[in-house]
Amino acid sequence: MTDTTTPPRSAGPDTGPRSDSPGDSPSGAGSGGRPRPGGRLSRRLGTGATQGFLGVWALLAAVPLLWALVSAFKTNNELFASPWKLPATWHFDNFVRAWTKADIGEYFLNTVVVVVGALALTMLLGSMAAYVLARFRFPGNRVVYYAFVAGMTFPVFLALVPLFFVVKNLNLLSSYPGLILVYTAYALPFTVFFLTGFFRTLPTSVAEAAVIDGCSQEGVFFRIMLPMAKPGLVSVAIFNFLGMWNQYLLPLVLNSDQHKYLLSQGLAALAVQQGYANDWSALFAGLVIAALPVVALYLALAKKVQTGLSVGLLK
Amino acid sequence: MEHGKYRIITLFLAAPLTLYGVFVLSPFAQAFYISLTSWTGFTAAQPFVGLANYRRLASDPGFWKALEHNALLLVAVPLVTIALGLFFASTLNVGASAGTVKGVRGAGPYQKLFFLPHILPAVITAVLWQFLYNPQLGPINSALDAVGLGSLKATWLGDPAVALWSLAAIMVWTGVGFYVVLFSAAMQSIPRDIYEAADLDGSSRFQTMWRITLPLLRETVQVAWIYLGIAALDAFALFEVLLPDGGPDNSTNVVAQYLYQAAFQNGQFGYASAIGVVLCLLTLLMAAATFGLSRRETIEF
Repeated sequence: MTDTTTPPRSAGPDTGPRSDSPGDSPSGAGSGGRPRPGGRLSRRLGTGATQGFLGVWALLAAVPLLWALVSAFKTNNELFASPWKLPATWHFDNFVRAWTKADIGEYFLNTVVVVVGALALTMLLGSMAAYVLARFRFPGNRVVYYAFVAGMTFPVFLALVPLFFVVKNLNLLSSYPGLILVYTAYALPFTVFFLTGFFRTLPTSVAEAAVIDGCSQEGVFFRIMLPMAKPGLVSVAIFNFLGMWNQYLLPLVLNSDQHKYLLSQGLAALAVQQGYANDWSALFAGLVIAALPVVALYLALAKKVQTGLSVGLLK
Repeated sequence: MEHGKYRIITLFLAAPLTLYGVFVLSPFAQAFYISLTSWTGFTAAQPFVGLANYRRLASDPGFWKALEHNALLLVAVPLVTIALGLFFASTLNVGASAGTVKGVRGAGPYQKLFFLPHILPAVITAVLWQFLYNPQLGPINSALDAVGLGSLKATWLGDPAVALWSLAAIMVWTGVGFYVVLFSAAMQSIPRDIYEAADLDGSSRFQTMWRITLPLLRETVQVAWIYLGIAALDAFALFEVLLPDGGPDNSTNVVAQYLYQAAFQNGQFGYASAIGVVLCLLTLLMAAATFGLSRRETIEF
């Protein structure tokens, strides 16, 4: 460990067991300068307190979600009369009503089509571009790479107005292909950036041997390099899936046809409309349905989802 | 690897580059030009007005108010989220009990649970909190009543003095778990013997945090700050769903909403683009400032 900026204090292993050096500030010396008999006890109390804080935050994280889940099974009256009580009978029909009457089913399927299409296209195009940029030297390689990287630094809001007219001029407003292409285009910068780095770390010997054996370049990519890149592909696919499933701004601007609504739009609209229709329990059932794919993915692959989302910080 | 090189380069780059150029690069470039026009979207011509939109922006109280809200979020949300994230991560990973440098038991389940709010779609979070915050019927106020803290009840989203902080609290609620995981991973890579030495020296938990963990995590915290800062500047979905009209007395309108209103409600596309350009510059400035302010030599270990 080379500590360069602050003078070494009790932190370094080389300063010995006592830290009451002349440089210690009064407060520092008082609070923990040397082991005292009472230190252990106060620390144990401190441990109890931190455990308490952990417990409080655990409740804060879990209770709203559980509350929403339980509320999805209540009647409207129960929902408002006693927000903290369990339902007298568990109303699964709320989910049926949400799916059919509140159109959550329609929104759900729209979302699946757009997200699955965009995710597949993003992974295909992103890995193709990344592979070429990582593996081949050619004039313009850096220009293309940095053009993609630049896309990560600008906020989507900057592009919002022109994007609307680009999509409009292509007659792709309120259409699946329009949303799929736009989702893909905005997922490409990070996907290309991340996978380029990933492809660079993979060994080349297998691919070179395959080329010598007469395998085509496409064959090398699809049959050798893509399978080798699987861990990287999984991380970036999870990252993109969650981002796409949660997307709200792009469909709000590009997709105004109510029959093409995605879940995020549909739920936001329902939250307003249910105020008139007065069917809040169906809205809660809708929330649960909409959250189900991401929550299920998370519960099944918690570690992978956590790393998948953390790679986003590389931006 | 040279055989058929240029064919595959063309083949593999053509589609991604086209898509990227049409839907990302060209809109970004156009935005700068449109911001210099008074275009309303209905005419083919885009009347050039120079910097008029920017001048108008500089003296637009609505814009400044929105910017002020973003600035408050930009300070409060990263500060609280990172502080809580560091606190919980250090509790879970280092020195949780006297004489040991291991984390508490059950660190895994805690992390897993804390992270859960982070993966929920913003719209779901927004609708859920709309209910939680409901002043008459919502569970928060009724719980406060039940435990005798009725005086703390508030019209969480209806009171101009409270609404912005109610929204900031949701942002913290969703963010903390993510940063607990992030900081935990970084803390795991700090050698144990540093903590053992600190423990032998009788370092208090706070000292260990402040003098050892934090300096060693500087880069991770920096990245976290930038990421949260971008989230604060780009805040939209939560605000638009919960308080689409900018909240009571416009007390929660943020720049992204202001841009959206200017463009898609008022048809002022030139003006909206100018807001977009300013938002973009602010984002880049914030990232540069975060790096610049906290630049120090990296500690290697």
